Amino acid sequence: MNTPKNQAPDRGPAETGDVSGLAHLNIAGQIDLSHKVILYLEDVSVSFDGIKALNQLSLAIENGELRCIIGPNGAGKTTMMDVITGKTKPDGGRVFLGQTIDLTRLDEPRIARAGIGRKFQKPTVFEQHSVWENLDLAMNEDKSWFHTLGSRLSKKALARIEETLGLIRLEQQAGRLAGELSHGQKQLLEIGMLLMQEPRLLLLDEPAAGMSDHETAQLAELLNLLRGKCSMVVVEHDMEFVAALSGRDGKVTVMAEGSVISEGTLDHVKRDEVVIESYLGR
Amino acid sequence: MASATISIPKSLALPDRQPVLGRTAWRTLTPAFFLILALVPICSMVVPESHPFHLSAYALTLVGKIMCYAIGALALDLVWGYCGILSLGHSLFFALGGYMMGMYLMRAIGLDGVYHSPLPDFMVFLDWKSLPWYWHGTEHFIYAAALVILVPGLLAWLFGFFAFRSRVKGVYLSIITQALTFACMLLFYRNETGFGGNNGFTDFKRILGFPIAATGTRTTLFLLTFVVLTGSFLACRYIVTSKLGRVVMAVRDTESRLMFLGYSPLGYKLFVWTFSAILCGIAGALYVPQVGIINPSEMSPANSIEMAIWVAVGGRGTLFGPILGAFIVNGAKSFLTASLSNYWLFFLGAMFVVVPLWLPNGVVGVLRRLLDRK
Amino acid sequence: MRRSVCTLAAIILWMIAGASGAIGLTADDLKPLAEDDFDAKSQAIDQIIASGDAVALRLLEALDKESVVATSEDQVLIQEGNTLKDPVTNVPVSTVASEVQPITLNNSLRARVASGLSGLRLQAPDRGVRARAIDALLHDPDPSLKAQIETARSKEVDPALKNRLDQLWALTALQDPDPAKRLQAAHLIGQRKDPQMRGLLLPLLEKNKDGAYAEPDPKVRAAAGDALKAMDFEQWKIEMVGTLFAGLSLGSILLLAALGLAITYGLIGVINMAHGEFLMIGAYATYLVQEFFRRNLIGVLDWYPVAAVPVSFMAAAIAGFILERLVLRLLYGRPLETLLSTFGVSLVLIQTVRVVFGAQNVQVSNPSWMSGGVAIMPNLILPFNRIAIMIFALVVVGIASLVLNRTRLGLFIRATTQNRRMAACCGIRTWQVDSYAFAFGAGIAGLGGCALSQIGNVGPDLGQSYIIDSFMAVVLGGVGQLAGTIVGAMGLGIVSKVIEPFWGAVLAKIAVLVLIVLFIQKRPRGLFALKGRSVEI
Repeated sequence: MNTPKNQAPDRGPAETGDVSGLAHLNIAGQIDLSHKVILYLEDVSVSFDGIKALNQLSLAIENGELRCIIGPNGAGKTTMMDVITGKTKPDGGRVFLGQTIDLTRLDEPRIARAGIGRKFQKPTVFEQHSVWENLDLAMNEDKSWFHTLGSRLSKKALARIEETLGLIRLEQQAGRLAGELSHGQKQLLEIGMLLMQEPRLLLLDEPAAGMSDHETAQLAELLNLLRGKCSMVVVEHDMEFVAALSGRDGKVTVMAEGSVISEGTLDHVKRDEVVIESYLGR
Repeated sequence: MASATISIPKSLALPDRQPVLGRTAWRTLTPAFFLILALVPICSMVVPESHPFHLSAYALTLVGKIMCYAIGALALDLVWGYCGILSLGHSLFFALGGYMMGMYLMRAIGLDGVYHSPLPDFMVFLDWKSLPWYWHGTEHFIYAAALVILVPGLLAWLFGFFAFRSRVKGVYLSIITQALTFACMLLFYRNETGFGGNNGFTDFKRILGFPIAATGTRTTLFLLTFVVLTGSFLACRYIVTSKLGRVVMAVRDTESRLMFLGYSPLGYKLFVWTFSAILCGIAGALYVPQVGIINPSEMSPANSIEMAIWVAVGGRGTLFGPILGAFIVNGAKSFLTASLSNYWLFFLGAMFVVVPLWLPNGVVGVLRRLLDRK
Repeated sequence: MRRSVCTLAAIILWMIAGASGAIGLTADDLKPLAEDDFDAKSQAIDQIIASGDAVALRLLEALDKESVVATSEDQVLIQEGNTLKDPVTNVPVSTVASEVQPITLNNSLRARVASGLSGLRLQAPDRGVRARAIDALLHDPDPSLKAQIETARSKEVDPALKNRLDQLWALTALQDPDPAKRLQAAHLIGQRKDPQMRGLLLPLLEKNKDGAYAEPDPKVRAAAGDALKAMDFEQWKIEMVGTLFAGLSLGSILLLAALGLAITYGLIGVINMAHGEFLMIGAYATYLVQEFFRRNLIGVLDWYPVAAVPVSFMAAAIAGFILERLVLRLLYGRPLETLLSTFGVSLVLIQTVRVVFGAQNVQVSNPSWMSGGVAIMPNLILPFNRIAIMIFALVVVGIASLVLNRTRLGLFIRATTQNRRMAACCGIRTWQVDSYAFAFGAGIAGLGGCALSQIGNVGPDLGQSYIIDSFMAVVLGGVGQLAGTIVGAMGLGIVSKVIEPFWGAVLAKIAVLVLIVLFIQKRPRGLFALKGRSVEI
């Protein structure tokens, strides 16, 4: 199995501006992108009751990249996302955001605040809150209890909410309870919440699941909007959607049985024998 | 269940903050508030006893007591209806506040006790020679008032910190709160703990120099309780209509999703929990001088669970519902224990079964449905 | 003819006695008894005891019975009925009863007489007499009888009595001026490890007012110290075993109470506040069975528990079934409301029992085969009823394990616990499983109540005192696996009992609660929680 470890070529201090060369300063809240990689997973292993969900998984996402991850069910894709977002602690291996932020030592809220957003397989919005409240909750601002006690909705925040509502085409439903939306609308609302969150790294777990063709097209548009603003990791089964997202040059990673079996452009992996064996079929 | 929804016109004209109370609510409550403030002293002190409008000491005490319970119900609704934590130990905070005030009242007896000693009667009875260290300073009202806030608050904070940090939720958490109040009740039953054992504190003589049973004192306490109840209601409305309130409701509904948005539930839960405990403590402190006695049975698990039924009957997650529920249930209790005491427990038990089954949104829910149909 | 032989024998005896010189008692020796001076009497009695022969025995017995009299000439005689006999010769004399005065003794003299008597009886031919004498002296030791005790000890053949004589000897030997003897005595006490002898060693290690030890010889002190340590260790062992047993006993009851709760909570996710009342129902069912037997089957009353077991199971199971169908089913998916409703049911049940049976405790007594206990160590008696309950609890756990792991119902229960939706998809009638499982859990609680009735009081509030502890056991042990409940309940029982002697029952309860809260920091789902990826987001 070819598991390439991505690392940018070493550049001297003159180019990076970092005097010491090797030292990485861990500044709170800042992601150290001096090596242009935003997410490292190295030899991550997770087992549940003896079954290895992740087996020495290694992966690296470059800053600004849109990576698609495909693979059969049970390959460990969702577990990988659980590990990144802090829901599951790995039995072994390292997970780093940038060069300095060790994700295995942080809990979910802190990882989210560090700049990782996640969209779940099932749409999980706050059903008892209205649409605009959902967006307000997701907004990227001080999330401590003390701040929210006295916080007021500023004009700027209101403008952002309106803007996002427009993007996800839910302006008419702004006042409705999120629980009353259709499945597809809930998915879009969740994307809207992610937009409000302004994450540096976005993890999307089957975002097009259960969507009509029209809604999928809308979704593809939205994701393209985000493309420049943050790095994305998209787990998908819909090969057309993957093709639309990765285009000709985008990287695709194929996972099976807890580790990476192939990586490269979509054309490359489609032709890879191993991938055809385990996933794509003939 | 509650959520803060308001209808929004097309261009999303949202106020920077949801108002604490709607305009109609302000318009009805403000005059009612002042009316009660004016009428009660007149009815209790000026109107002669034979007159039907006279408020007897019994009536004052009863309604005052129920108002204290209502504050407790309000506090419980805050953690249960809005945050999803069913505490079965809230009567502990109520009783602790009562005990702190009770300490002051016992000291205020001065030398007028049975044994004419500077020490409270029960200490003389137990043959104690001096005041335990934790009683020092309780002869000052300010200090006792501070304790009323600090002791339940600190205990709640500590307990909440350990419980919420370990992410214990739901039924397990409820059981642990019940065990906490049970353990403390056992502790207070012991004479060695220094709080009067199973007799508790009683035989109060005066408060801040005023005789405790005088009509003037009773009326003042009544009005004070009324003001505190109104204030607590408005404070809780403020919290619930703020963004913190919305986050807390999200904690209730889908805590894990909220964490992925970057909110640490611990701080939010702790705030609501501690605030609720302090509110209960204040309610207990107002309760004791009106009722004239405090003993460990006030912190029994059964009392806490009764508080939950007040909230359920009124309608949880509505703030106003629990106040109503407290009045309904305790009113029924007064009435029934006077006439059919044997059957009160049957009635209470039946309420516990029937209300969650058929009135899941309580009385307020029923009223809302009736209003909607119109 | 016989009379002359007796007289001859008496004369020969008397001559031998007289020939023995110092030991023999003469009438002169007895004269001081007739005087008024108690000191003189005391000396006379000492002399009698010292002589130690048959005459002395006779005299002492008579003194003990207060049948010794004196004539006006200070002649001492023994009165038997209407005859008066000479103590030395045991021959009746002609003096008439009316001419004599009884000899008075004071309390200390009587005590001397009694102990002297015991001393002499140490060598009595009859074993029973010897045993009683030893007991009397152990109870009231008299150091002056040292000589008698030593002789008796060297002559004693019965091993049990020899044992006790050794102890008696050690008692007196500790005051002996000879340090070797004291050393021997200390060693002996150390070997025997009898807690009652402990008090004898302690004074040896105390200091006098001037700072010197009461016991001058250091070797004796060392031996005493070692002996004390050995005895304390023995005592500590006994306490440990006792505590362990008490903990296991409490644990076995908690286990019965918590088992049903764990099954229903794991299955339905409901904490049933009326669970304690199932215990109560089981206990009252046992009471009713006892009453039934008392009225109709008095001959086999001792075997009523055998009938009570299935009855209490069924009673509680039926109650559980009804509760599930009428209340719990309708509140499915709302655990907090269920908690409140079951609390209401609990109130109603308690009040009903109060109205029907009265608020006081009812009497449930142990059958004869459960009364009493077995002493496995000195000072440690394990009651039979608690042992029976521990065995009972194990059997119940075994049966529950069988049901859960080997029957179809058990399979369905486990499947529904792990993944309700999937189980329903597989065709399992989950609503039926709920009812039967709940009834099963309630039935086990009923068995717990049956057990409780044997060791405690049965009243309407029976369930309330155990409910919180059962909850704690479930929280501690985790749900979904029997092992968790077993460890949780037993652990809780033992830890409570271990803390209790130090802090008392109340603080022990609080300490246990604090420990549990701290424990779930590390493992929020209990000791033996079901692992695996949780199906929520």
